Amino acid sequence: MKPIIRYWALLAALATPAAHAVEYQTVLPRQSAIGFEFRQMGVPVAGGFKRFTTQMRFDPAKPEAASARIEIDLASIDAGSVEADDESAGKLWFNRSAYPKAVFTSSQIRALGNNRYELRGTLTLKGKSRVMIVPVTYSPGKNVATFDGVFILKRLEFGIGEGMWSDVATVANEVQVKFRIAASGK
Amino acid sequence: MTLNTRYTTPAIVLHWLVALLVFVGFPLGVYMQDLPLSPTKLQLYSYHKWIGITVLLLAGLRVVWRLTHRPPPLPDSVVRWQRQVSAAVHGLLYLLILAIPLSGWLMSSAKGFPVVWFGVVPLPDLVGKDKALGDLLVGVHQALNFTLLGLVILHVAAALKHHFIERQPFLQRMGWNKQEQL
Repeated sequence: MKPIIRYWALLAALATPAAHAVEYQTVLPRQSAIGFEFRQMGVPVAGGFKRFTTQMRFDPAKPEAASARIEIDLASIDAGSVEADDESAGKLWFNRSAYPKAVFTSSQIRALGNNRYELRGTLTLKGKSRVMIVPVTYSPGKNVATFDGVFILKRLEFGIGEGMWSDVATVANEVQVKFRIAASGK
Repeated sequence: MTLNTRYTTPAIVLHWLVALLVFVGFPLGVYMQDLPLSPTKLQLYSYHKWIGITVLLLAGLRVVWRLTHRPPPLPDSVVRWQRQVSAAVHGLLYLLILAIPLSGWLMSSAKGFPVVWFGVVPLPDLVGKDKALGDLLVGVHQALNFTLLGLVILHVAAALKHHFIERQPFLQRMGWNKQEQL
């Protein structure tokens, strides 16, 4: 091999490996979102949280070493209407003065193949902690990767909507939570 | 004079069904809006919307039926200006039983709450979520409803006046009894 070709081969080799060894750590809040949807009287109502912080590490080469921690500021809720936003702060719902945040901490990540992963972790909400299993799809991008997940949360397991609101015929127990976390690598 | 002094049976059934639904839906709408948020409030809003969509459907049927079936002629005692007012009021009543549920449906869409008829049949959103438009439609819906209230009072008062004061056989035009008693 002539030196000049070896030089170009080396350059090419140096330019490509970044795509393999990237570890995603820096979360981009503006491209990330947490939303939810529930049914009241059979009517789908969509909402979400505007403020949350995410700390994460994810290397597709070593998914088992990945971790994530998400903290949601419950005061940033959009529950579909101003009336519902206000109501959600009360003792029967989030009891926000005592429990202002929801926290998810990952404990285990398992590769399912095809860029799909199973994320296991603990969700703490209104003083109650439950293990959640969340399927996540990883979409690699040029500079930014996205992680999308959907799971069903049963609100009564966390005491969300107690007393008169515990009637699931009016407000369903199942809340579909959807999230997209965008992160850039280093 | 025993023929054609009564509306057709489908017209009569539809008239009283819509009347019944309006007499339930209207006070329900007035009552529910000032309630604090509760499961009961959510239920009442849903019932109100189900009633409204049912009225819209029946009103559509009524318009089609009215356009294809002549109502019985008014008695000779009803003078010309009364016939004109009667035609106008009936036209507006038909318009309102279509426009009021439609304005409610629009409002519901603008407020971001799709209508699911009887909790089973999801209706399409007529407009996207828009808070300002939603608030505007609350006013439109209320104004149309109070116009309806005024016209219904006029409508009922006129029928009662023709029947009891002028002693014309008027109420059986919309009555159940097929036997004419003239």
